[in-house]
Amino acid sequence: MTTVLFYVFAGIAIGAAIGVVISRSPVGSLLFMVTTLAAIAGTFVLMEAHFLAAVQVIVYAGAIMVLFLFVIMLLNLGHEAQRDLKGGAFAVVAAGVGGAMAGMLALQLRGADVAATGAGAEAIAAATAEYGAVGAIARPLYTTYVVPFEITGILLLVAIVGAVVLAKRSDA
Amino acid sequence: MITEAIVLSAILFVIGTFGVLVRRNAIIMFLCIELQLNAVNVAFVAFSNLFGIDGQIFVFFVMTVAAAEAAVGLAIIISIFRHYESVDVGSFNLLKW
Repeated sequence: MTTVLFYVFAGIAIGAAIGVVISRSPVGSLLFMVTTLAAIAGTFVLMEAHFLAAVQVIVYAGAIMVLFLFVIMLLNLGHEAQRDLKGGAFAVVAAGVGGAMAGMLALQLRGADVAATGAGAEAIAAATAEYGAVGAIARPLYTTYVVPFEITGILLLVAIVGAVVLAKRSDA
Repeated sequence: MITEAIVLSAILFVIGTFGVLVRRNAIIMFLCIELQLNAVNVAFVAFSNLFGIDGQIFVFFVMTVAAAEAAVGLAIIISIFRHYESVDVGSFNLLKW
């Protein structure tokens, strides 16, 4: 059952990801991207990452994609119908790069012996049973990873200031 | 399921790379970069099933950095659009040799 659901979500994610690349209208691309993100959130649930699935839907599909939509609407690009794909030699080069990457990843995976499940799943299940889905992530986040966490806060502050400075009209 | 997730991650990453290379619209290129970041997130979550919760915490950080990157990148796109009246990457050739 879980495996079947995983294949369903993976299929939706891949199909919508192709839609992101080939859709002509930017808003269409964006909606395909939201579909991809929702499907990825589904795979997160199946891989027992419930908190991340919720964050994926709320922050990624909810906030970041709406930011993109705001910019597309603000710049009035929603009705763009002319050809947007780079044609000719460039498409061939892009397909070559994509194919080479896919080949290298396939080669890496073919030799690898990936276990069906591991010690990590048991540790996560134990932590989730003890502290809950949020607590299992929050504990290491505020203990082992507290310094990166604080640095991330500074990064967000810098990003906010930078975005305001960049988007502000210089003559205002 | 871990193997399938890694394969899914690889496929999504390749689609994202192809999109970055082949699209002209700067915003869609950004969207494809987000797709690549998400592909990596899938791999991180898959590996967290092998090695513990640290992978999920990395996904948390990747999401934060992606949010910061989207905010700054879109601000840059807006200020470029003000100058060139376009988001077609072919029209920004100031740094081209």
